Amino acid sequence: MAKIDKKAFPFSKQWLDDRLALTTVMKVLNTEYWIPKNINFLWAMGMVLAATFGVLVISGIFLLMYYVPTVEGAFDSVNYTIMTEVGYGWLWRHIHGIGASLVFLIIYIHLFTGIYYGSYKRGREMIWISGMLLFVLFSAEAFSGYMLPWGQMSYWAGMVITNLFSGGSLEAYSFVEWIRGDYVPAQAFLGRFFMLHVFLLPLIIIATIVFHFATLRLPHVNNQEGKEVDFDESARLWKEGTVESRKKSEVIPFSPVFLSKDIFVMGVYFILFFYLVFYNFDFAMDPVNFDPADGLKTPAHIYPEWYFLWSYEILRPFSKDVGLIAFAVAQVALFALPFIDRSPNVAPASKRGLFKYWFWTLLVIMIALTALGKLPPTDPVFAAMGLVFAVAFLLMGPALYIITKFEKKIEEGA
Amino acid sequence: MKELKIFGVVAFFSLLTYYLVEPYAHHAMHAKFDAQGNEIKIESHGFVYDGTTEAAASAVAISDLEYKIGKEKDAKLKASLEKKLTLAKDVQAKKATFWKEVATIGQLTGNAKAGEAAFASCTGCHNGLNMNMGGVIPPNLDHAGALYDENYLIALLKDPAMASNVDHKYADTMLHPMGSIKGTMSHQQIADVVTYLKEKKAAEPTAKTAFMEACVRCHAMRYDKVTQLGDIPKTKENIKTGHDIDAMKYAQKVAEEQATLAGYMGKLPPDLSMIIRARSEHFMETFIEDPQTQLPGTSMPRVGLSEAGYEKVHEYLMDIGDPSKPARDMAGPWVLGFFFIFTILAYLWKSHQWKDLH
Ligand code: HEC
Ligand code: HEC
Ligand code: HEM
Repeated sequence: MAKIDKKAFPFSKQWLDDRLALTTVMKVLNTEYWIPKNINFLWAMGMVLAATFGVLVISGIFLLMYYVPTVEGAFDSVNYTIMTEVGYGWLWRHIHGIGASLVFLIIYIHLFTGIYYGSYKRGREMIWISGMLLFVLFSAEAFSGYMLPWGQMSYWAGMVITNLFSGGSLEAYSFVEWIRGDYVPAQAFLGRFFMLHVFLLPLIIIATIVFHFATLRLPHVNNQEGKEVDFDESARLWKEGTVESRKKSEVIPFSPVFLSKDIFVMGVYFILFFYLVFYNFDFAMDPVNFDPADGLKTPAHIYPEWYFLWSYEILRPFSKDVGLIAFAVAQVALFALPFIDRSPNVAPASKRGLFKYWFWTLLVIMIALTALGKLPPTDPVFAAMGLVFAVAFLLMGPALYIITKFEKKIEEGA
Repeated sequence: MKELKIFGVVAFFSLLTYYLVEPYAHHAMHAKFDAQGNEIKIESHGFVYDGTTEAAASAVAISDLEYKIGKEKDAKLKASLEKKLTLAKDVQAKKATFWKEVATIGQLTGNAKAGEAAFASCTGCHNGLNMNMGGVIPPNLDHAGALYDENYLIALLKDPAMASNVDHKYADTMLHPMGSIKGTMSHQQIADVVTYLKEKKAAEPTAKTAFMEACVRCHAMRYDKVTQLGDIPKTKENIKTGHDIDAMKYAQKVAEEQATLAGYMGKLPPDLSMIIRARSEHFMETFIEDPQTQLPGTSMPRVGLSEAGYEKVHEYLMDIGDPSKPARDMAGPWVLGFFFIFTILAYLWKSHQWKDLH
């Protein structure tokens, strides 16, 4: 056993250090976790996501106390018990709904930031892959949560999405029934998604967030110029502690310096968040879902929440089988980004020649697909645009490979 | 500053996406088009009833048919379309005549005293006994003068099915559950009864009473413990068995009423507890004014609410369907104020931490 100061007062700093290495842990996680100085507020999005996840967990716990996971009781437990009878139940529900929507807005900003600054390669591949895992897990979490109020959209979105598992011409309907536990979405279906939403998926998400943080540790986060920072030298300069040496150092400690900026950005974010909670929540709580589930009455328009629309639109314009394949490709394509990008450069897109245009094109395509995913495909113009943008999205992969293959290497310091 | 520029770019793309998936997509989803692809705008007319929405619907139906006939090659199909066109023109003429007559009755000066006497013929059905008649329970008329529009009442007493724009459901509008009234009253009598209602039955109803008189005969409101038979009475369970026999008996009566109603309407009208969050303001206004504009062919009759009457019903739907609105309006500014101050303090802390870094 290691040396222990027997005279240390219980729970004093020394006492805890002997048992938990508290000072070392604080250094590793906070005061000597080095972040490059040259970053902007987009680097606060990760902590904003962590905070939003926290808000979702807390509000979810409150909802869980009153939610009834049965097909007879679910709708009224949410819309009557929680919204009317439980004190401030409406507030928790609105927070949970807005949180679920905004978490995706921030994920998309976070993800596009990573793409723009090339933060997914040269040692940061695992950050990217764990991040994509989080994206998939959050998607599953959001979808399962959307089933719970058992409104018209819960029911019919559940119907449409589980139908995808029939595999088009494979007609694997028994597989679909196996997933649903019934011929149509019913009690078994609701019970399963309830379990996933409140237990299994949050557990896996927490583990994956820890993993995502761990992947950041060795490569460190990127910076605005994609510069390779000498962390040891900069850390030494910072620890020297003079104003001059700290000016020269290219890094700052996570806590308190980087954190102070994170918290300011979170403040701005929560102003938006609570504005939406109080005054503009319909976009996050679809009106159609305030009609109770009715298996005999198909809604005029069935569409997923906004953050799934782009992938939904990749499915829609094609014939059944081609659509499913395109959809599947779109789901995994982003995972492969670090390996499709052949360029050695880690730099902001603005400095990477054709990649710059590739980036903005991708953004425009994703937004266009998102919009078209909700617009009625019965309109021939929208249908044609959907096809064009879906094909364009699929071509973006090969395009990236070719563009980056010929990208000129940027010399350090140029 | 660079960060502000970046923020501008992020905000621009976020708002663009919001605009496309919310206002724009919802507009595109709910837009209605005629056969030639022109958008049909559905607007509210301030709860005035003079045949405007009927005339607009007829005009669209006729121009659609004419357009289709122009393009149809098959002689047989063309003939059947032409038959439909003749029918549509008949309907148009019939409705125009009807509302013109309503307007002439509107010119007459009614006598409330005479109206009160004539009103006796109404209380045979509108007797407050909560008894189903021909499919539905005749509503309580205690606040009819305040709830319903004057022109609408005139139309109703002239021909109920025409007034509520469900005449297409009947081969003979006499078959409407209140249809026997048709043709039994002279124009002067109609004017008298309406004047009577407008003068003596015009006390301002509470929000709930408005709903109970105008909608409850068809729509339950379970979040307020209201069924088609009204407020669910309080009953007691048998202590020894735990069963509440009176509640069961009442539930059976409700179920029977609902079955009769569903027979009359073709389906059970939906519970309206959450409707205020499930439909937009615009939908509600235009739908209540004339259900046919939003759901062509629907069996829900036009109810004929005046603007003030609609406001009352709307207030009740809000009270039950969106009860947190007052709490939101109260707490919102405080929570936002808290985060404003939080953000300012956070900014000061950040400035302090980053002071000597560059
Ligand atoms: C034969 C029975 C009967 C008689 C007589 C009758 N009513 Fe009605 N009335 C009904 C029924 C049934 C309804 C509900 C119809 C429906 O909702 O489809 C109704 C509905 C109404 C409504 C509400 C209509 C709406 O669209 O909201 C008013 C107002 C009304 N009656 C007034 C009168 C007046 C005034 C008289 C006497 C001049 C009268 N009724 C005579 C059966 C009757
Ligand atoms: C005589 C019966 C009757 C009366 C009275 C009535 N309704 Fe209805 N209502 C119906 C029926 C039937 C439907 C179902 C329509 C359909 O799906 O075609 C309906 C549907 C509705 C809907 C849903 C429409 C949709 O989009 O699905 C709303 C909202 C509504 N009614 C509001 C009201 C209000 C408010 C009142 C009172 C002012 C009222 N109704 C009075 C029969 C009635
Ligand atoms: C939803 C839960 C997520 C949480 C809580 C989270 C959290 C974080 C945090 C705290 C950081 C460090 C600070 C920063 O650079 O912002 C970070 C960095 C990063 N994340 Fe995430 N993230 C999540 C999802 C994602 C997703 C979906 C992706 C994309 C696939 C992703 C990719 C990255 C990348 C590439 C970095 C490194 C950025 C850089 O080096 O500059 N993350 N994440």
